[in-house]
This record gives sequence, structure tokens and C-alpha cells, in this order.
Amino acid sequence: MEAILHGVQGYMYPNELELQWSILIVLYPFITGLVAGAFILASLERVFKVEAVKPTYRLALLTALAFLIVAPLPLQMHLGHPERAFEMFLTPHTTSAMAMFGFVYLWYLMAVLVVEIWLEYRKDIVLAWRGSRGARRLFYGILALGSDNISPRALAIDEKVGKAVTIVGIPSAFLLHGYVGFIFGSVKANPWWSSPLMPVVFLFSAMVSGIALVLLMYVFFSWLRRTAVDMLCLDTVAKYLLYAFLIDFSLEMLDLVHRIYEADESFRALDFMVHTRLYVSQIVIQIYIGTLVPLGLLALTQFARFGEKARKGIYTFAACLTLVGIFAMRWNVVIGGQLFSKSFLGYTTYKMGFATREGLLPAIVLMILPFVLLWGLLKLLPPWEKEGAAEVQPLA
Amino acid sequence: MPALDKDKRHLYRLAVLFAAGILAFLGLRAVMVPKGFGRYGFFRAGALTDIRSLPISYAGRAACADCHSDIVDMRKGSLHAQIGCEACHGPLEAHAAAPDTTKPRLPNGRALCLGCHLENVAKPASFPQVDPKEHGDAGPCTSCHNPHHPEIS
Ligand code: HEC
Ligand code: HEC
Ligand code: HEC
Ligand code: HEC
Repeated sequence: MEAILHGVQGYMYPNELELQWSILIVLYPFITGLVAGAFILASLERVFKVEAVKPTYRLALLTALAFLIVAPLPLQMHLGHPERAFEMFLTPHTTSAMAMFGFVYLWYLMAVLVVEIWLEYRKDIVLAWRGSRGARRLFYGILALGSDNISPRALAIDEKVGKAVTIVGIPSAFLLHGYVGFIFGSVKANPWWSSPLMPVVFLFSAMVSGIALVLLMYVFFSWLRRTAVDMLCLDTVAKYLLYAFLIDFSLEMLDLVHRIYEADESFRALDFMVHTRLYVSQIVIQIYIGTLVPLGLLALTQFARFGEKARKGIYTFAACLTLVGIFAMRWNVVIGGQLFSKSFLGYTTYKMGFATREGLLPAIVLMILPFVLLWGLLKLLPPWEKEGAAEVQPLA
Repeated sequence: MPALDKDKRHLYRLAVLFAAGILAFLGLRAVMVPKGFGRYGFFRAGALTDIRSLPISYAGRAACADCHSDIVDMRKGSLHAQIGCEACHGPLEAHAAAPDTTKPRLPNGRALCLGCHLENVAKPASFPQVDPKEHGDAGPCTSCHNPHHPEIS
């Protein structure tokens, strides 16, 4: 008790001294944001036929899947008793947004992402099935559901169905991340969160972070596999990143200006917090380093001419900063929203554990896990065209 | 019935798989959702009788007064008069039912008192609070204060 009081300044209600939503809750919107963003980038190619970003299409889908599988884990770590998560489905609670989200998650995972990936990869799966033996053969055979029909007509049908799934998928992805913003935005009692703009801001920041992640993954794997980066693709992805970022930034500024102008009774307290306890993470990291610098860099590449190498470097650097900035934004929302007293008269501090259930260590592990999963998925379902394999004619 | 389109066969298989998944879920649901769930609200109806049949652990302050009227008298007029006996002494139904066999352990004065009276900015200023570093010479609080009538005057 006395240890906690050390980090307190001014007047706190007793139940506000300790933060209940830890770094794991910061991680959760960060990860779902990456999922939604990566998926929306992939959908662009599919629905709007942006051929240029095609090289990232499969990579984006697999990235989304890897992160989506990890997305609920921080919540379960935070709540404890992961075995009870299933009860949410057994006895659906229709008036609780959090409970209904289980269904959104399941729908998005099973009906959208898995089906879309399956349809997209069916030809590869069947070819892998035909060309392998033993356990691998069994695995791909099951994955193909025992059907090796990859006649042009069957594939054309897959293409059509896949497109329909993508079209359903876009609103689902919006729902997936809009929900996270909705949860925060609907906490009436917390003026730092309560804002109808929250879902929209979360959505656009999700797109920004997802696009940045796919861009990084694409550059990284091209480097790893020593293949040339498709510059047209990279330029286009970077352009989308810039556009999404501009919208996101405008929305956040709109929110800010609105708060400043409205200046309700919470404003002085929040303003003070932003200039003291959140100064580094909000102003310095989120706004300057994580938003203005990458925005400036990306905008620069639109106006000035750079060589390929320089562009690649700038994009990569900007995407890294973007991810840092979006993570800081999640941090500032989740942690920032709990640092001030609802009396507006005091502030507390967040003390993060290390090797505790909700400490830094599990957070780091949970952040590495999707990359491990992605690596496994890439082994099973390689997204890149095999040299020469593209010409393999299906047996009609 | 027209023959199934063979180029869509894999899609039918997928659909069957999904249908099987949903059926399996509905089956699980039938088995796993406890009986009576939702009859009175979002909980298992049987929980009410289960809870009712739990052993009682608190006797209530009227019960204490039957045998410890001296303490009740002592507390009269004190600021502690309104605090339930078992708020300090813990659940004592077992003692009240059989005072000769179960004898309560006396509370540790210091930890108990500080649980309510430790100085804290979050408490209303009108509530009496002390800083144990400055108040009471590190001794047990009960050496100067009578817990049943703590005012010194
Ligand atoms: C049926 C009568 C009876 C009831 C009801 C009763 N007590 Fe007692 N209590 C006794 C008796 C008799 C003793 C003395 C036992 C002894 O000294 O061996 C006693 C002793 C105590 C002691 C002192 C033990 C000690 O070490 O000196 C405490 C404290 C106490 N009771 C608290 C309570 C509280 C609180 C309640 C109400 C929940 C309560 N009692 C209800 C009869 C009762
Ligand atoms: C503010 C906390 C508090 C409350 C409320 C309280 N007690 Fe006590 N009580 C104590 C403490 C502390 C002791 C031990 C005193 C000591 O160690 O000398 C004690 C001791 C006793 C004792 C045994 C010693 C004695 O003084 O006879 C009895 C009996 C007792 N309490 C009964 C009661 C009853 C009955 C009530 C309710 C009417 C009650 N207490 C309410 C704190 C409390
Ligand atoms: C369950 C919480 C609780 C516990 C435990 C408790 N008290 Fe109190 N105490 C109170 C309350 C409530 C008041 C009355 C405050 C008021 O009305 O302003 C009070 C009043 C007092 C007062 C009177 C202060 C004054 O303004 O004159 C003293 C002295 C006191 N307690 C000492 C003690 C001691 C010593 C102990 C430990 C034996 C103790 N208290 C345990 C809740 C508690
Ligand atoms: C050495 C004797 C002594 C000890 C030990 C002691 N007190 Fe006191 N306490 C006093 C005196 C004397 C007063 C002043 C009485 C008054 O002003 O009515 C007092 C007053 C209080 C008050 C009322 C303060 C106020 O602002 O009205 C509280 C509460 C209190 N004590 C709690 C405790 C607690 C808790 C402990 C144990 C950590 C404790 N006391 C130990 C002597 C003592």
C-alpha cells in the first residue's frame, strides 16, 4: 500500500491507485490492429484489382492469420482461466460488447480469413499433395479436403467465391478493429476514452499499422530470400500507407482540436497529464517520432525523386517508426486512460512487472509468437511463386 | 435432384465441414450449458439453492449482544459503536453456536486498526487517520486505545 502511494500525486480514489489494464491490454488492440490492417491491404488487391500490390497479397493474408491467432492470448493472460473463454460462446450475452466480440473473432477467423487463404492456396495445396509423400502427403491431402480438382473452371469458381469472401471480409475486418475502439469509446465514465470518434480512429490506425507491417515483412523476406523487391509494389504500398496515415492523423487531430475547443471539466486534468506523465510517450514518441517524421518522410518520397535504394530505406525506416508510433498510441490510450483520477485531482503511475503474469516478459513473448507462427505458416504455405512452377499445367 | 457440379465439389466439402462444426458446437452446447441457465437471469437457477445451503459463517451483531452485553455497553457512545463486531473479529458463527468449544482468536490490534486508520490522501479528510511512524511509539494500539471505545478522554 505504502509502495503504491509513492507513485501517487494529488488525490486518487482508492480503486484507481493501481492500474487494472496492463501492458497486455495495450498489446491486444495493437495486435488486432495489425490483423485488420494487413487484411484490408490484401483486400485492396482482390476487390479493387490493384495489381501492383499483388506480391504482398499472400504474405498479408498469412501475416493477418498469424497475428489473429495470437490476438486473444493477451486477453486470456490478463483475465486468467483461459478455459472459461469457451463459455462465452455457450451462453452468449447479447448486451455485452465484449462477449459478442467472441463471435466476431470466430467469424472473422473461420469464415473469412481461413476460407480466403484456403481458396487462394488450393492450387498450391493440391500440387504439394501430389508432389509429396508420407506425412506431408497426408497433411496436404487433408488440407485439400481430399479433392484434387484444380481444373481451370474449378479455379475460376474459387476465384469468384474468394472475391465474395473478401467483400464480406472487409466489413468484418472493420468490425474487428472498430470494436476495440468501440469498447474504449463507450466507457462513459472515462473522458480520455469516451468519444464516438474512437472506433474510427482505431480503425484507421489499424490500417496504418497493418500496412506498415506488411511493407516491412515484404522487404524483410525479399532480403532474406535474396530476391529483388518489386519497386512498383513497394511504392504503391508506401503510397497507401501515406494516405491511410494522413486520414488517421487528421482524425486524431480532429479529436484533439475538438477536446481543446470543448474544454469540458476533464480538460485541465487531461491536459496536465499529457504535458507531464504522458509527455514522452504521447508528444515525443507518438506524435513527433511516430507520426510526423514518418509522414514527412513518406510525403517527401512523393515529391522528391529518390533512387530505388534510398526509397527502400526511407520506406523501411518510416514503417518502423510508424509501428512504434501506433504502439505508443495504444499505450497512451490504455495506460493514459488509467493514470488520472476520475476526480480530476490526482495522478498515479503504472508499475509494470517483469516476469509476472501481466508483466513485460509475457508481453515480449506474445509479441514474438506471431512471428514464429508466421514462419511456420510460410513453411507450410509458401506465398512466393516458385521459379518455373507458375507454368505447371493442372491436370484437367 | 441434379448431379452435384464436380468443379464445386471441394466447396461442398468445405460447407459440410462447417455444418459439422456448427452441429458439433450445438451438441456441445446442449451438454455443457448447465440446467436451468437463464430461468431467472444470466445465471444457473440451481445456484440459488446451492448458495442457500452453504454453511453460515457470520452470526450478526445481535447474536453477540446476547452473551457479551458488557462489550455492547462499553461501546455505547463511542465512535466505534456502529462497527459490526465481526468486522474486527471475523466470522464467528461457529463460536456463537458453541462458545465453549470454539474460542475466537483475538485480533492483532495494530494491523487491524491500521487497516482502517492508516493515513491516505484518498480518504475523506474528516476520517480520523494516523501515520504509524509518528503516532503510537510503534507499540500495539490497544495499549492506549480500548478497541471498543477508542476515544481517549
Ligand atoms: C452463546 C453465548 C455467546 C455468543 C452468542 C457469543 N459469544 Fe463470545 N464468548 C462466549 C463465552 C462464554 C466466551 C468465553 C469463553 C472462554 O473464555 O472460554 C466468549 C468469548 C469471546 C471472546 C474472547 C475470547 C478471549 O480470548 O478472551 C471474543 C472475542 C468473543 N467471544 C467474541 C464474540 C463475538 C464477536 C460474538 C458475536 C458473533 C460472540 N462472541 C458471540 C459466549 C458467546
Ligand atoms: C474496532 C474493532 C472491534 C470491534 C468493532 C469489536 N471488537 Fe472486540 N476486540 C477488538 C480487539 C482489537 C480486541 C482485543 C483487545 C486486546 O487485545 O486487548 C477485542 C477483544 C474482545 C473481547 C475479549 C476481550 C475483552 O475485552 O473482553 C471480546 C469478548 C470482544 N472483543 C467482543 C466484542 C463484541 C461482542 C463486539 C461487538 C459488540 C466487538 N468485540 C467489537 C476489536 C473490536
Ligand atoms: C472497520 C474499520 C475500523 C477499524 C478496524 C478500526 N476503526 Fe477506529 N474508527 C472507525 C470509524 C468508522 C470511526 C469513526 C469515524 C468518524 O465517525 O468520524 C473510528 C473512530 C476511531 C477513533 C476516534 C477518533 C476521534 O475522532 O476521536 C479512534 C481513536 C479509533 N477509531 C481508534 C481505533 C483503534 C485503536 C483501532 C484498532 C483497535 C481501530 N480504531 C480500528 C473505523 C475503524
Ligand atoms: C502511546 C499511546 C497511544 C498509542 C500506542 C496509540 N495511540 Fe492513537 N492516540 C493517542 C492519543 C493520546 C490520541 C489523542 C486523543 C485525542 O485527541 O482525543 C490518539 C488519537 C488517535 C486517533 C484519532 C486521531 C484524530 O485525528 O482524531 C486515532 C485514529 C488513533 N489514535 C489511532 C491509533 C492507532 C491506529 C494506533 C496504533 C497504530 C494508535 N492510535 C496507537 C495515543 C496512542
